[in-house]
Amino acid sequence: MTTAATGYIAKFKVWRGDTEGGALEDFEVEVNEGEVVLDIIHRLQATQAPDLAVRWNCKAGKCGSCSAEINGRPRLLCMTRMSVFTREETITVTPLRAFPIVRDLVTNVGFNYQKAREVPSFVPPQDLGPGEYRMMQEDVNRSQEFRKCIECFLCQDTCHVVRDHEDNKEAFAGPRFLMRVAELDMHPLDDAAEQGLDRKATAQEEHGLGYCNITKCCSEVCPEGIKITDNALIPLKERAVDRKYDPLVWLGNKIMRRGQDT
Amino acid sequence: MATEATERPAPDSPPPAGGVTAPGRAAIRERHLRTDRWWLAPAATAAGLLAFVIYSTWRAFANTDYYAAPYVSPFYSPCLAENCEPMKGGPNFDLLGGWWGLSPAIIILIFPLGFRLTCYYYRKAYYRGFWASPPACAVAEPHKKYSGETRFPLVLQNIHRYFFYAAVLVALILTWDTVLAFRNSDYEWGHMGLGTLVFLANIVLIWAYTLSCHSCRHIVGGRLKHFSKHPVRYKLWGWVGKLNERHMFLAWASLISVAAADFYVYLVASGAFDDPTLF
Repeated sequence: MTTAATGYIAKFKVWRGDTEGGALEDFEVEVNEGEVVLDIIHRLQATQAPDLAVRWNCKAGKCGSCSAEINGRPRLLCMTRMSVFTREETITVTPLRAFPIVRDLVTNVGFNYQKAREVPSFVPPQDLGPGEYRMMQEDVNRSQEFRKCIECFLCQDTCHVVRDHEDNKEAFAGPRFLMRVAELDMHPLDDAAEQGLDRKATAQEEHGLGYCNITKCCSEVCPEGIKITDNALIPLKERAVDRKYDPLVWLGNKIMRRGQDT
Repeated sequence: MATEATERPAPDSPPPAGGVTAPGRAAIRERHLRTDRWWLAPAATAAGLLAFVIYSTWRAFANTDYYAAPYVSPFYSPCLAENCEPMKGGPNFDLLGGWWGLSPAIIILIFPLGFRLTCYYYRKAYYRGFWASPPACAVAEPHKKYSGETRFPLVLQNIHRYFFYAAVLVALILTWDTVLAFRNSDYEWGHMGLGTLVFLANIVLIWAYTLSCHSCRHIVGGRLKHFSKHPVRYKLWGWVGKLNERHMFLAWASLISVAAADFYVYLVASGAFDDPTLF
């Protein structure tokens, strides 16, 4: 095999298999300057393993399709530069380990779509029609950070609550969808509370916020750099405390007849 | 491009069921495949916290060498029992009377200890460092069951804001102790020693850590839905948010500074060291 002047041959281990089982398979493959891991996976498909299954789309870190684990760390294949590895090290690529395997590097991420459906959507204000929504920038800044999410589900994959405990999947929505609850609860026009849906209480009661022990792995792996724990999960925990664990807030709301969000 | 399917490797024997090796997931036996030194951060965290626990336990139960005029150890302030050393103008508040026979530090340390134990940063630190839940990201934890903070006793983490209120009171008293440190050993005002600088650094870090608290961030403005209707609280929320970004650093810096301030007082009170007078 020939390589360009700046190229080299890298050692890879790629997990190959399906629901029946599988194993790490060794490859030696050409790497050129400026390439990312997804380029190398594509080269493997082109030259050595044409039936290697991998999910990908944009190659720009925006579609969230090519999530996998590289040297044991959840990452996007297309955003992991080969230059972060030494030429001597063997690079191990496996599928996401929190979700059911389909084949090779492709997993079934349906769990996440099920959890997405369980979060009640935006409740439009009753007194405003389409085109009449007006919001101040300072009121939407917080939510806009969460809208950067590309739904790669790396946070869901790395969260030990479900990664290490399959039985928690039913009760726990995961960081991505607790962030969605936080986004809606902070939304200046969301009318859920007025229409009887208390997102603060349901975050704890129905979406498993209490399972989160704020160990911040979701924030560590987020390719968009969203501060999921500090800006979504902890504020949501504090809001749940307002509803469920703080007698002073409860008393204050009763005396001042505030109940409504301000 | 080749089109033939390649020969696949022989499957490994199935991994033990459970957690990251649960049925249906990719059959990988290893509990993690990380190649970096992932163990270093939790090990260093555990070692640092353990060192503080050992030091503070010794000092809290020692009940001696905690006052050297004009300095009082932050571990013993405010002093709420009768068996405290008299501290002229200092934090003697004899609320419990004479029945308390143990070290008075134990009474007051419950509050800063509770504040730090329920702190969102320290929770991450000790869940990872001591309980390995998880030890590091994508490294499987050793526990078979996990209920997080949904049940007793960990559901009590939700009272963090009450410890924050107590921590503010303690910080106010430590601020007064720092003001008192501008006296000399004869209680004359307008003097400064090396200890005054140690106390100043400590109180700045204590306040920065206390105000950078996530509960503080929520209370000053985070709980609002419409910042535009509360411009002052929005401003405060922004400032606390800036501090909050450094919460981990401030947690460690203030932990070290409070131990250093106590140790300084210990050295001076035990006669091992004379406080150098600056003016």
